[in-house]
Amino acid sequence: MSTRGGIRGREHVAGWLFVAPVLVVLGLFLVAPILMALWVSVSDWTGQGSPLSSSVGFVGGRNYARLLTGPGLTQADFMTSIRNNFYFVLFTVPLQTVLALGLALVVNGRRLKGKGFFRTAYYFPSVTSSVAISVVFLFLFSSSGVVNALLSAVGLSGPQWFADPRGLFQVILGGLGMNTDTPPALLTDHAFGGLTLWDWLAGPSVAMCAIIALVVWTTAGTFMLMFLAALQDVPVEIEEAAEMDGANSWQRLRRITIPMLRPTLFLVLTLGLIGTWQIFDQIYIMSQGSPGKTTLTPAFLSYQSSFVNQDWGQGAAIAFILFVIIVVLTLLQRWLLRERDGRSGLRYRIGIALSLLGNRAGGAR
Amino acid sequence: MTTTDPAAPARRTNRRTARPSLPPYRRKRWPLVLGYAALIVVAAIYIYPFLIQIATSFKTDPDSTANPLSLIPHPFTTAGFRRLAEVDYGRWFLNTVFVSVCITVARVFFDSLAGYALARLQFRGRTVVFASVIAVMAVPGVVLLIPKFLVLNTLGIYDTYTAMIVPLMVDAAGVFIMKQFFDSIPVSIEEAARIDGAGVFRTFWSVVLPMARPALITLTILSFQGSWNELPHMIVARQSPELNTLTTGVASLVSGQLGSGNQYPLKLGAALIMTIPVAVVFFVFQRYFVRGAGEGAVKG
Repeated sequence: MSTRGGIRGREHVAGWLFVAPVLVVLGLFLVAPILMALWVSVSDWTGQGSPLSSSVGFVGGRNYARLLTGPGLTQADFMTSIRNNFYFVLFTVPLQTVLALGLALVVNGRRLKGKGFFRTAYYFPSVTSSVAISVVFLFLFSSSGVVNALLSAVGLSGPQWFADPRGLFQVILGGLGMNTDTPPALLTDHAFGGLTLWDWLAGPSVAMCAIIALVVWTTAGTFMLMFLAALQDVPVEIEEAAEMDGANSWQRLRRITIPMLRPTLFLVLTLGLIGTWQIFDQIYIMSQGSPGKTTLTPAFLSYQSSFVNQDWGQGAAIAFILFVIIVVLTLLQRWLLRERDGRSGLRYRIGIALSLLGNRAGGAR
Repeated sequence: MTTTDPAAPARRTNRRTARPSLPPYRRKRWPLVLGYAALIVVAAIYIYPFLIQIATSFKTDPDSTANPLSLIPHPFTTAGFRRLAEVDYGRWFLNTVFVSVCITVARVFFDSLAGYALARLQFRGRTVVFASVIAVMAVPGVVLLIPKFLVLNTLGIYDTYTAMIVPLMVDAAGVFIMKQFFDSIPVSIEEAARIDGAGVFRTFWSVVLPMARPALITLTILSFQGSWNELPHMIVARQSPELNTLTTGVASLVSGQLGSGNQYPLKLGAALIMTIPVAVVFFVFQRYFVRGAGEGAVKG
């Protein structure tokens, strides 16, 4: 490269000009919003006028305190949303990972014909709109819909999915013969964060289970592709050598394939964790937090507090708590991936994966 | 995967006795059959909802709830689609086309400009800029909902096309993708162009960009799909019904703001039409999607 000062100078100016649009837009619509919301989260702004005007007061950590230490309805709602999202994550992440890995392993079969067809079929939902898919699933899980029609075909009567606030664990206990209308006093007498232990331990509601099914069904395709790409890096020779040595398919999976997939597995799990804590679209379309607030999630609660209840300080504070949860998860992911895998290709892969997930709210966002 | 396991012991014994005389692909039958069975069952679970969606959008309201499983509308009707015209669906569609095209064009241009600068141009502060882009990728989009509204409102552009388009004209992940791509192609050709006296932008525009075609196509497709399907930003950037995109419009149909009763044929038809453009792009450019999601590393 030439070292002439003119070219250097020109490059300097050009460099800044080239990155200027990105910096301006990100600064204006990413950095500035975060700073402004930080201010609103410690203010009593009610949505009237500018949040920067002198009539808006500083209230310190009051909005955060109402959410975290309560007591009151605000705290109970927030804790409910954390509980709901926790169960959503707890079920969705393992299910989508296992399904994606299973599909990838089968689709990757050396002698399988029609790979392209299966891959397309499983991946297609990932690229369609979360709104469109949610509408389809609302129909599938409606009380006279497809799922209940299938259930009744085998003699079962399906629940009223999106009107059923019962927790999954409570339904199971009820099925085992426990009277869930009068739960043990031990669980109802003790409360934490505005919710009784009985409520904390309820599990995802029946309505949330339908949303879990939707998200697992939608995102498994994307993660399957990540696994498929990683599987292509597993040398065939190693597999064949193991086969020659008499390792059966389960042993080969356990001892060779899974260990070699570990970085990808890890990537998929953490991307899943990050994505599922942000679920919004599906909740907005399908349930808006009902029934009985059992599908309320922090992201939706933040939206609802601000836009519906005009409690902007509250909404911004929820957004920041969620922000902390997700950033901690992201940093954890980056730190662990750096430890485990230095390949340059992986960072590129993460970039693409993030942009894909960024394209879909929910789990994937 | 577990479905293939029961067959494993049988196969092993079979293989021990049969291996010397049989070619390798004859060794295992059961796993293959079970694998196909599993794949086909799962494929049915993936495809059937779309078939149901298509069929139901041509049904009458009573037929849709009485025979949810049937793939044949009886009677066949396009009433659902005709009602879509009454709810201004055409306007939502055109808004979405306009907004997505603007966002996609801008994103591809600005992201590759910045990606190129970060990969190739020597300027003071480059490391800091790149670190900021990486940091920004970690910011979860959903927590920006309320913050973005606050800024759009303060800037006085809330409820305009500007608010719907400009904040999405740039994305950090896209910059990252382009930088990684430019890092991977040899520097010699552009150096030749620059020694011949071409300016930085000219070199970028007529020498570098044509070489970046695969990455540009990937980015175009991802941006188009992303902006076509964007819901949260369109919720907080506008409120007028005239500015509805397909996502917010269909959402208002579903949440009952524009209709009552089940109206599943109407809703499923609305969801069907909004899926078609992305589906067409997907089937035409499938390998770019697959590359984007899976392969990641552009190996060439």
